[in-house]
Amino acid sequence: MKLDLLTSLYVFMLAAFIGFEVIRRVSPLLHTPLMSLTNALDGIAVVGAIILAGEEKSKLAIVLGTIAIVAATSNIVGGFLITDRMLKMFKASGPRKP
Amino acid sequence: MIRTEHLIEIAYLIATGLFVLSLKWLSSPATARRGVWAGEVGMLLAVVGTLFHHGIVSYRWIAIALVLGTAIGVPLGRVAMTAVPQRTALSHAFGALCVTLVGSSEFYLRAPDVPPFMMGVLSLEVILGALTFTGSLMAAGKLQEVLPQRPITYKGQNLVNLGMLAVAIAIAVILVMHPEKTYLFPAMIIIPLIFGVMMIIPIGGADMPTVISLLNSYAGLSAAAMGFVLESKLLIIAGALDGASGFILSVNMSKAMNRSFTNVLFGAFGQEQVTAAAGKEARPVRSASPEEAAGILAAASKVVIVPGYGMAVAQAQHKVRELYDALTKRGVEVKFGIHPVAGRMPGHMNVLLAEADIPYDKLLEMEDINGDFPQTDVALIIGANDVTNPAAREDTSSPIYGMPILDVDKARTVMVIKRGMGAGFAGIENPLYYMDKTLMLFGDAKNFVGSIVRELTGGHG
Repeated sequence: MKLDLLTSLYVFMLAAFIGFEVIRRVSPLLHTPLMSLTNALDGIAVVGAIILAGEEKSKLAIVLGTIAIVAATSNIVGGFLITDRMLKMFKASGPRKP
Repeated sequence: MIRTEHLIEIAYLIATGLFVLSLKWLSSPATARRGVWAGEVGMLLAVVGTLFHHGIVSYRWIAIALVLGTAIGVPLGRVAMTAVPQRTALSHAFGALCVTLVGSSEFYLRAPDVPPFMMGVLSLEVILGALTFTGSLMAAGKLQEVLPQRPITYKGQNLVNLGMLAVAIAIAVILVMHPEKTYLFPAMIIIPLIFGVMMIIPIGGADMPTVISLLNSYAGLSAAAMGFVLESKLLIIAGALDGASGFILSVNMSKAMNRSFTNVLFGAFGQEQVTAAAGKEARPVRSASPEEAAGILAAASKVVIVPGYGMAVAQAQHKVRELYDALTKRGVEVKFGIHPVAGRMPGHMNVLLAEADIPYDKLLEMEDINGDFPQTDVALIIGANDVTNPAAREDTSSPIYGMPILDVDKARTVMVIKRGMGAGFAGIENPLYYMDKTLMLFGDAKNFVGSIVRELTGGHG
């Protein structure tokens, strides 16, 4: 599905506003997991890299695309893993003891 | 009739919604893990959808790369909590690398027929990507302490850096007008790569929270630019969300240090303090032993612990938890006061204390705890310095004047665990240490807290 420039700008602007509003509400307590989660979501760049490496339009595209997939995938996997590990540690006070 | 392309678009649409929900659910610890789950499902949908893209002729490289990426990602997801800042910096570098590589090959696939607007966003994508890549690697190196942590400055540094950036932008402008001049393209990558290194050289450890947030924002923006190039709404939105997140965190961090972005990036902290440290004279301080400290803590009814980067370095968080337990058992109310820039990245202290099993409702932000200090019997500072310096409030000549601090000096007794009297990172005198109510507890944070705990539990049992 092709996008024209103006539509892209609309999408970007609205997404940025949503981003500001949603992320402003994230408690500072969770700012480190926030950063690792957005890192993982940023790994969505992998979709561009997959098409590049899969279309095999040129040798350069294959090489760069493949490296790009490795980089983005490691972010996705590592980012989600560590975010979940961190969030698991946040416990409210209560009677339970380890 | 529904075609594959439509299904892929629908998968992307659902993924986009899940990404927004993922961040929304992160707003409170109670729903946060659901947020990770939403992000994972969204990501899986998007990646699987992409694998059905009609243009893909072969899966061999994709498969190899996905396996390799997972093999690298798993250990990166399992690092120790103290290594989270450098891991985060490294993942900014990986994200930026991906964006730069995709941008570069898009250019060579399309050149010379690149419309001006496309060339413009493509230039933005690779310039931001390249400088974020090396900048983040440098930041990770400094945090991992494989590179010197102190700021390295030289005369005309800002001029050199701005000059490099200007040249890169000039090349971008030429390419927008003449995309057929493909020989210029490598220069537009290499110059920002060097700029990224030069940008981080003058930045010291205490500025890392701001810098990491800023690099996070750049990584997001470059991904959004890539979305413009590939005409992918999903990428534009994910990039915009990441960019917004990094931007908000950078603004928070700058506010917490009372400095502007430009000041962090262009005003290496090390330089300004030379004069401040010069007029130093030896003043008497009161020091105390673990036994004395334990006695005072046991007699208190309200204690606020203020952790800083020193706690992370000494890996003292688990001993701090034992101290928390010992005091709570005696009926002492213990809270933690967390300064936004304590540590090396936003939220660093919260993660370390949560790892040590301290309930998160005991971790209070600066604004919430500052009102408590006048009613606090003991403020115990572990490895924090500048964020407790009352000079930031009172001394207009202090380099950190105006920076919001934790008002520990308003507590009845202040205890500071510190290795020695050497000036902190920024070389700024801390008048707190010379106050009559202040007791200096000299020693390694982990050992000292351990000794206090032994006194408390031994005396009780």
